[in-house]
Amino acid sequence: MDSTASAAERPLDTFPKYLLWNAERFAGRPAMRHKNYGIWQSWTWKQQLDEVRALSLGLQTIGLVRGDKVAVVGSNRPRLYWTFAAVQALGGVPVPVYADSVAEEMAYVLDHAEVRFAVVENQEQVDKLLSVAEKVPSLHDIIYDEARGMRDYDPKHLHDCEKVREAGLKRLEAGGVAEGWLAEIAQGKGSDLGIILYTSGTTGRPKGVMLSNDNLVKSALHGNAFDRLTEHETTIAYLPLAWVGDHVFSYSQSYTAGFCVACPESPDTVTEDRREIAPTYFFAPPRVFEGLLTAMMVRMEDAGRTKKRMFDSFMAHARKVGERILNGEAVGTWDRLKYSVGEFLVYGPVKNRMGLSQLRVAYTAGEAIGPELFRFYRSIGLNLKQLYGQTEATVYITAQPDGQIQADTVGLPSPGVEIKIADNGEVLYRSDGTFIGYYKNEQATRETKTPDGWVKTGDAGFFTADGHLKIIDRAKDVGRLKSGALFAPKYIENTLKFFPDIKEVVAFGDGRDFCAVFINIDLQSVGSWAERNNIAYASYQELANHPDVYRIVGQHVEAANRKLASEPMMAASQIRRFLVLHKELDADDGELTRTQKVRRSFIAERYGELIEALYDGSTSKWAETEITYEDGRKSKVAATVRIVDAPTFAGASEPMREAAE
Amino acid sequence: MNSPVNHNNFTVTQDGIADGEVLLDLRNVSLAFGGVKAITDISFDIRKGEIRAIIGPNGAGKTSMLNVINGFYTPQQGKIIFRGKERVGMKPHQAVGQGIARTFQNVALFKGMSTLDNIMTGRSVMMKRGLGWQMLWHGPALAEEIEHRKKVEEIIDFLEIEHIRRTPVGKLPYGLQKRVELGRALAMEPSLLLLDEPMAGMNLEEKEDMSRFILDVNRQRGTTIALIEHDMGVVMDLSDRVVVLDYGRKIADGTPEVVKSNKDVIDAYLGVAH
Repeated sequence: MDSTASAAERPLDTFPKYLLWNAERFAGRPAMRHKNYGIWQSWTWKQQLDEVRALSLGLQTIGLVRGDKVAVVGSNRPRLYWTFAAVQALGGVPVPVYADSVAEEMAYVLDHAEVRFAVVENQEQVDKLLSVAEKVPSLHDIIYDEARGMRDYDPKHLHDCEKVREAGLKRLEAGGVAEGWLAEIAQGKGSDLGIILYTSGTTGRPKGVMLSNDNLVKSALHGNAFDRLTEHETTIAYLPLAWVGDHVFSYSQSYTAGFCVACPESPDTVTEDRREIAPTYFFAPPRVFEGLLTAMMVRMEDAGRTKKRMFDSFMAHARKVGERILNGEAVGTWDRLKYSVGEFLVYGPVKNRMGLSQLRVAYTAGEAIGPELFRFYRSIGLNLKQLYGQTEATVYITAQPDGQIQADTVGLPSPGVEIKIADNGEVLYRSDGTFIGYYKNEQATRETKTPDGWVKTGDAGFFTADGHLKIIDRAKDVGRLKSGALFAPKYIENTLKFFPDIKEVVAFGDGRDFCAVFINIDLQSVGSWAERNNIAYASYQELANHPDVYRIVGQHVEAANRKLASEPMMAASQIRRFLVLHKELDADDGELTRTQKVRRSFIAERYGELIEALYDGSTSKWAETEITYEDGRKSKVAATVRIVDAPTFAGASEPMREAAE
Repeated sequence: MNSPVNHNNFTVTQDGIADGEVLLDLRNVSLAFGGVKAITDISFDIRKGEIRAIIGPNGAGKTSMLNVINGFYTPQQGKIIFRGKERVGMKPHQAVGQGIARTFQNVALFKGMSTLDNIMTGRSVMMKRGLGWQMLWHGPALAEEIEHRKKVEEIIDFLEIEHIRRTPVGKLPYGLQKRVELGRALAMEPSLLLLDEPMAGMNLEEKEDMSRFILDVNRQRGTTIALIEHDMGVVMDLSDRVVVLDYGRKIADGTPEVVKSNKDVIDAYLGVAH
């Protein structure tokens, strides 16, 4: 090892090279923690290098050579992260696979990727792989991390990770082996294939996204610079290894910035473990933040009256000034003072309870986060931001810079990323992280990536006046009104669904004169309102048709139109007419998917008469619909549905836009 | 009684007993409560390293049998030979000292204590330090506690109950309580583990988990297991040998296949017109 070379002289284009460097520059700093037997075990960068080297040399003894694909299956454990570097050091390509995928799915991915080795967590995964072994002819050896239950297995082609490591350590005693390993690392190049990540793919077969070392290293460096991540960060690794986000946040950024990654004791203990670790850098999908808040609120409901009043009053204050303080805006001395008392009495303990008291940067992505939820976290001083990314982009496409946060946009283009909006509204990008292509799928690569490097995201969006990207819908769902204006049904639906009274919305407008919607009221929310106002009702159908309910829904539609009107791209698709459906959309009837997404084309067919009524000017329409009960019996529900006109508003005021530019 | 159990003793050749040799031998055992005959003239043995099931309809005397084995009841007649030595008038705590641990049909844990503390109680018989040291909780007592805690953490890891380490067991669902109870029994590092209906009241998934743990305990730790269970599927899959009781008498004994095809067993379970 050439220990005198400085960063400038080293070609730092692969993670094993970073590992060697980190073992020198951060030798005594923690690189990895793992809670085992109830105690946090730590490895420094120097020890991490030793572990990776031992594992790597051990893998060599069972035949791993340059170019081999190695599947990595399991939850977030140090050995599996070390496997990435150990394999890359020898020029192999790790292929992390979702640990919870069933054997058949796994077989497809492993066979498609032609993996020769699989490093897996435990007996469960070994069993899965053995059950599909004949479908994956390329798979030669399986290495397991946890030996429990493996005693009675045929040891042929099965290896205990510990034994592999020992074999590696043993080889080190011989001269020249360590140097040979360094030579292998030196052979690695930035342009080499670094990893293949299979996208889960809601439709069709999963596709293997090939990312080069350059993609990963450069994206990680951009991300580090953007959020000023240093070796002093701590993060907790709990999201699937096969997901690009985890690979970048818990591996690529850790190696490039030199910070510590903590692996939880088990998937069930993440919340507790996070409290103990108190990460400074944290990623979670919106549902995690939602769960944390709900748990907190439920406990506050049970709190004593004094505590409850204190909590409520300081939370109200946080809503007022918290976000402005976080954004570094000017806030009066009195408000600041009150906020710091609140920090001591409420916000601090709340953050501590959530395990976020040390947090510097938190990201959320994947789906739209409710503005209330988002503001709650920001108001108590947590720097929660949104980003927009894709596996094909090595995560980063856009991210919200500190202090420029809007709940309904996904931020500015990330460093090194160019974005353009296609004519059909689709967002295209080109960046350092742009993937090489889909593994063994030229056709899909050509469909997604243009020859000059632009990648289609499949999402439609637009830039707001201050340059932030706003994602409105899947590009394939976006249509046009007859006037030629863009029509993004999901955006309209989500705008309406932010009202708690409205549960489901189906928007129509593609190829039509104007936009019109079906609405499902939320029985819980509207029901409790009806109770408070002494409105008697016997069924959903009756409540849905109540004049007062129509009035409330009408107000919501009006508010939604006001919001749509303020956005130049959306102003044309304000809702002109709406109706409240006489039955709840239900997955049992095929109207929703099992994940509660609206199946628009099916609904259009089923309720064709009602759609026509929306557009032919009639004010009511008799409709009869078949419904299916859970036990499979069928019945019919019929009603006269009223159709109501909604007021629309003039477009956005242009001067405001100019002021922002 | 307070002498520590040295787990190094529980290796294959302990007391000269190798895998497959008789660990516990019951000869012509009878037990009666007043005029009620719970067990009548039963003989069977448990071999080291096996999983031995005791089955039978309700009231057949299964739990009484377990109570006899771990010394809770002393039979009026018959001999009990454990590790080649005949046992006379033994108390349950002596059973623990000899390496016999059990779980109960109805979970018998300390509801207000955490999972961790409950399992730690399983180690208490092995703690050497006297009350004085324990109260000080420093020096040798602390070192001892750490040593035992380590063993307990291994069991927690083994049973995959990390997430409920600090949860009071009274708050846990039944299936998990059963697992904690197994954990406490394992903490004693027994050479013979008695399980009284380990799967009672569990759903299919919990049963599968429990079966795996029982098999792992048996295979990996080499613990001999005697279990009472009503789920025939589980019994037939898990056990090496099965003894069947009915009205306090032994009606069959042998491998699951033999027992399954035994006419008396079928009659006892399905009922027969007399």
